Amino acid sequence: MLPASDLSMFLVPLAPFLVAIVAPWAVRFVGGHSGWLLGLVPAAMFIQLLALVPTIADGNTFSVAQVWVASATPAPINFSLYFDGLSLTFGLLISGIGTFIVIYSGGYLAGHRHQGRFMAFMLMFMGSMMGLVLADSIITLFVFWELTAVTSFLLIGFDHRRQAARRGAIQALVITGGGGLAMLAGLIILAYTAGTWDISQMLSQPGKVQAAAVYPIIFLLVLAGAFTKSAQVPFHFWLPNAMEAPTPVSAYLHSATMVKAGVYLLARMHPVLGGTTLWSLVLPVFGGATLLTGAIMALRHTDMKQMLAYTTMGTLGMLVMLLGVGSKLAITAAMVFLIAHSFYKGALFMVAGTIDHATGTREITQLSGLRGKMPITFAAAALAAFSMAGLPFALGYFAKEEIYLLLDPAYSGAGAGPWMNTAIVMVAFLGNALMLAAGAAIAIKPFFGPLAKTPLAPHEGALALVGGSLILGVLGFGVGFYIAEFGDIFLSPAVTAVAGVSAAVKLETFKLVWLPALLSLATWILGAVFFIYLDRIRTFLRRVAKVWSWGPDQGFDQAMGGLIRFSALFTRVFHHGKLDLYITLIFSAFAAAILLPMAALNLWPAMPHWPQLSFYEWGIMAIAVVGLAAVILGSSRLVAIVSLGIQGFAVAIIFMLFGAPDLAFTQFMVETLSVVILALVMTRLHLDQHDNRMFERVVRDGAVALACGFAVTAFLFVVLQTELDSRLSEFFALNSSPLAHGKNIVNVILVDFRALDTLGEIAVVMTAGIAILALIRMRAGGRKTGVGAIKKTAQSTRKPGPVKRGTRLKSAERTG
Amino acid sequence: MASGVDHAIQPPPAMIEQATAVADWVLVWPVALPLIGAAALLMFRRQTAFQAPLAFMVLFALLVNAWILVDRVASDGPIAMTMGKWVPPFGISFTADLLSALLSGVAILVSIIVLAYAQGEVEPRDTRYGYHPLLLLLLAGVNGAFLTADIFNLYVWFEVMLIASFGLFILGGRKTQLDGAVKYGFINFLATTFFLIGIAYIYGLTGTLNMADIALRAGEIEFGPRITVTIIFVIAFAIKAAAFPLNSWLAASYHTPNASVSALFAGLLTKVGVYALIRILYVLLPATWSQTETLIAVIAGVTLVVAPLGAIAETNLRRALGFILVGGIGAMLAGLALSDPILNLPRGIFGATFYAIHSMLTMTALYLVAGLVERNTGELDTRRMGGIYETNSWLSILFLVLILAISGLPPFLGFWPKLVLIQAGVESTQYWLVAALLINAFLTTIAGSRLWAHIFWRSGHEGTGSETLNDRLHPLAGKAVSWGLVPVTVLTAIIFALGLYPAPLFDLGQGAAVDIITPDRYIDAVGLSPAEGGAP
Repeated sequence: MLPASDLSMFLVPLAPFLVAIVAPWAVRFVGGHSGWLLGLVPAAMFIQLLALVPTIADGNTFSVAQVWVASATPAPINFSLYFDGLSLTFGLLISGIGTFIVIYSGGYLAGHRHQGRFMAFMLMFMGSMMGLVLADSIITLFVFWELTAVTSFLLIGFDHRRQAARRGAIQALVITGGGGLAMLAGLIILAYTAGTWDISQMLSQPGKVQAAAVYPIIFLLVLAGAFTKSAQVPFHFWLPNAMEAPTPVSAYLHSATMVKAGVYLLARMHPVLGGTTLWSLVLPVFGGATLLTGAIMALRHTDMKQMLAYTTMGTLGMLVMLLGVGSKLAITAAMVFLIAHSFYKGALFMVAGTIDHATGTREITQLSGLRGKMPITFAAAALAAFSMAGLPFALGYFAKEEIYLLLDPAYSGAGAGPWMNTAIVMVAFLGNALMLAAGAAIAIKPFFGPLAKTPLAPHEGALALVGGSLILGVLGFGVGFYIAEFGDIFLSPAVTAVAGVSAAVKLETFKLVWLPALLSLATWILGAVFFIYLDRIRTFLRRVAKVWSWGPDQGFDQAMGGLIRFSALFTRVFHHGKLDLYITLIFSAFAAAILLPMAALNLWPAMPHWPQLSFYEWGIMAIAVVGLAAVILGSSRLVAIVSLGIQGFAVAIIFMLFGAPDLAFTQFMVETLSVVILALVMTRLHLDQHDNRMFERVVRDGAVALACGFAVTAFLFVVLQTELDSRLSEFFALNSSPLAHGKNIVNVILVDFRALDTLGEIAVVMTAGIAILALIRMRAGGRKTGVGAIKKTAQSTRKPGPVKRGTRLKSAERTG
Repeated sequence: MASGVDHAIQPPPAMIEQATAVADWVLVWPVALPLIGAAALLMFRRQTAFQAPLAFMVLFALLVNAWILVDRVASDGPIAMTMGKWVPPFGISFTADLLSALLSGVAILVSIIVLAYAQGEVEPRDTRYGYHPLLLLLLAGVNGAFLTADIFNLYVWFEVMLIASFGLFILGGRKTQLDGAVKYGFINFLATTFFLIGIAYIYGLTGTLNMADIALRAGEIEFGPRITVTIIFVIAFAIKAAAFPLNSWLAASYHTPNASVSALFAGLLTKVGVYALIRILYVLLPATWSQTETLIAVIAGVTLVVAPLGAIAETNLRRALGFILVGGIGAMLAGLALSDPILNLPRGIFGATFYAIHSMLTMTALYLVAGLVERNTGELDTRRMGGIYETNSWLSILFLVLILAISGLPPFLGFWPKLVLIQAGVESTQYWLVAALLINAFLTTIAGSRLWAHIFWRSGHEGTGSETLNDRLHPLAGKAVSWGLVPVTVLTAIIFALGLYPAPLFDLGQGAAVDIITPDRYIDAVGLSPAEGGAP
């Protein structure tokens, strides 16, 4: 069944990436002709896919898969491609139009200093888009989905020096990226529900996902991805702003391919997620709103690209609306419309770019009479506009007929009810008429009338510029005469894929059904009326826009501005840079960490019995308390430091009295050194001699200190009131002398039983030595650091503190 | 006391009789070798030409060693070794399970890249004052923390790390550095002290310091003290890992030292905190899980959402990166919260492990690139940067790939851990944490794209006309390429390749998570088993 080897199939989406790497060099060597050279890539992809057409047209589908992550759940993740009518149709559009676009880009940007990277981005985008529509595994799909967002970010911002281009790029990335994230969650839940990552397997179990309890969540999350990507109201505003990109990008990404990714996803998922009330309610409502918004907004603008962007948006709305109906007829209409739109909109964008290139402006009010100067461009524009207007027998005509057929119960079949169908056809009718007026404006205004003066002297574009649009225009018109064969070969498999059941599409070139024919006629008449009164309509819309100036686009700026301001405020509040406040917070958290669980669990220790101490033990305790009091009440910092020493010495004596001489001597050393060093440093620090804190601060700090001390002590009592397992002490006592050959257990613990700890501590001392040396010498080395440096030296000398703490605990093992 | 009586009657063997196999030394080299190396470098500290080659030799030997270790642990399960041949739990054990071995290996890889980069950045004076030995000491501390199976010994390695990082912080001696170093040093010192207090409590409650032994005995501790001591550890490591709202030290300090130093810290330090939290919560005290889970989940959720705000607001490039780093900590903690040792759900830990590896590689690379950007523009503030897109396409590509990777966009590395974490959230039906992960990715994307637009796309300073190109750029040349762009490119290539082919990390990460959730093999490897009540 496979017409070609797996590898060559994988090359279809991957080849553009490989070529993109060398594209800048290709451009360097062949310059403006690079379009023709690099155009061979999509052309080859097109031919490769074309070879599959007979297989698919016979009603076959197939996947090629390579295991990507075998150990993933709920099933292995594959890098896999799925070929059916839908993916092949999209694949052919992407590679076919892509060929013209690459050639067009070669001419459009000839001589631009960054043409090399432009071509590379374009090819990468093409590969991403191809991978997206061919993907079988939804992870593969998502990877390419996000790659289209990234590459389009680079392409929209291509003219990167302009702020508007950067804004458009960020906006598109934020909107579509945000939607993509929601979609990722939806796809993952979908994979768990379906038990597979592969779309082909999901398609083989229809109804399973719709019946699941999480279906609404999946549906809404996937919808968020599709709607943001396909610029549905209220996420539509990024699309017109994306017109900041060079025209080939607009023609390719923002009309023919990328914006259709959302529509593709909905079509792809229709058998898996469609057919529910939710689906057939949400899609038509948002689609219809998008269609009308886009069609009306298109008439407000005079920039050809903006007009085209808004009609593209309207078209996307129409497609979403039709997919929402979900009947076989609606799907057929959607597929025909999608193909027709890709042809004519791609052509019209290229025409707009060619005119811009030739005259220096895209304003239809400044352009007229070009038909003599640019006859080929005019021909392409006219052909495309025929299709857009749905004149017989252009492809657009059949799309419109199929939509209007929804009114006829004999054709519409199952799906939405008659009222829904009527409403949809009415919305489609109005939208069509409006878009017809916009299309006519683009195809007629610049070419008829007297020749207007433009920034550049108008001239016909080169072959690279006009060739593609002309061919697309001819195709959009010519296919109509072979519509029956077109229906058999392309539409039937595509509609089958979307509908999820076998569907044969029968279209005839010369067939007249009265109701749609009359509606078509009415569309033309209404469209002509709109076109004639275009200036007035525009004036009116602009007046409305002045009054009602707020839109989602401004909303985006406000949201971003608000986010940035809020972030700045938040960061200032929490990252103020004041060390004392940080430390207060940390100590409070520590006290809370102990006190809250103790309070919640009523874990207070039993009051320890009053210790039976001799008088000199009481005396030592009293000295410690006096020392502590002096620290707190001491009039100057120097007194406080010395008093701290008194308290420390008292503690050391307590250690000694309770049988830990090693510990006591360590403590004596630490206390002596600390006091001496601190006192020395104090004399060199130009700090205030006195504690100048406000009273509230003193209370706050004191409260935190008391809370910490109380918490640690209380919990210590709790711990001490449980029975201590003294295995370790006993083991050390038992083995110290016979096995480790040492009589002093503390020493043996330090140098044998737990020698590794000591090694670590030695490393700490060594490191502290290096650090102190660096601090002192570097300061002496002449950097202007002043008081701050000395202060830091003071703190660093206290660094070895933890060393002694470590030994303290080890000795405690024996005494404990 | 009962067991003590048993000892008196029937003394157990005190020492391990058989000799340690040479092959088992793979477990101690990651600590021993850098310690020896650092000592040697210190002795020859005046021979500056000698410093880098020796450090490189040590690190490459460690990399080979790490490869062997990961390979052995992956195929044979956790391996253990007890120092001084004292029978565990009396001697200090080192134990490598897959999580330890993997993180240690990635830490070594990151260190090599940073060391290479440092050759183009560190001034001879910094070399004389011990840049290279400090780097090795830091790595010794990090590896020790990953590999030790003794909770007090873990504290010792935390200290080694802390003091070595403090030393690296101040090299260079700028005033901002000292300011950052003080904030970093003080707050981390506090966290280490809290950890020590927790150790004292746990020793009082269980009478042992060996982690496997604690794991066996933790069930016997009464509920109240058990939960309290758990929360003390959570607070201590939340500070170490820089989880909100205890993360202020990171934002205040990481942008101040040399780029290579901040890159090293971004890659290694916070991850050790996360690792310790995983070890303590899952291996040592899993019985309190249902209570601590909520706490961790809240910390994770808040950190995920608020950290990227800092990256959006911040105009100092490396400070902005610091906030992105903190956001990643939120993701790892979310992984902790999404696992469940009682219901045996390891996917969250897998996601956290995967994210930690990704974060170690990608954040290091980002900081290094930031250093190059700073050298290229001569500025620290993004408002005064611009124009690199025109002049240095290679640097632009590196930054773009890395910022996309950290935002979690496919096919770059960051996507896969995010996928796993979301899966974990879906499996444990904690949808609000999934939402926090997605919001984090969304905000990080905004921050990242803004950084890109300002530093690379905008042609000059903020507010300058669009056609004036930034004329204050200093082209990167010579050392900045060979010892700057090249190491970053190598690291980015590794990140890129792992993003395209994540299967090995999936296998290893899942294996690591399973051993964390059911630590039987870990306890077994140490030489203790539940049947004998802990004592052999």
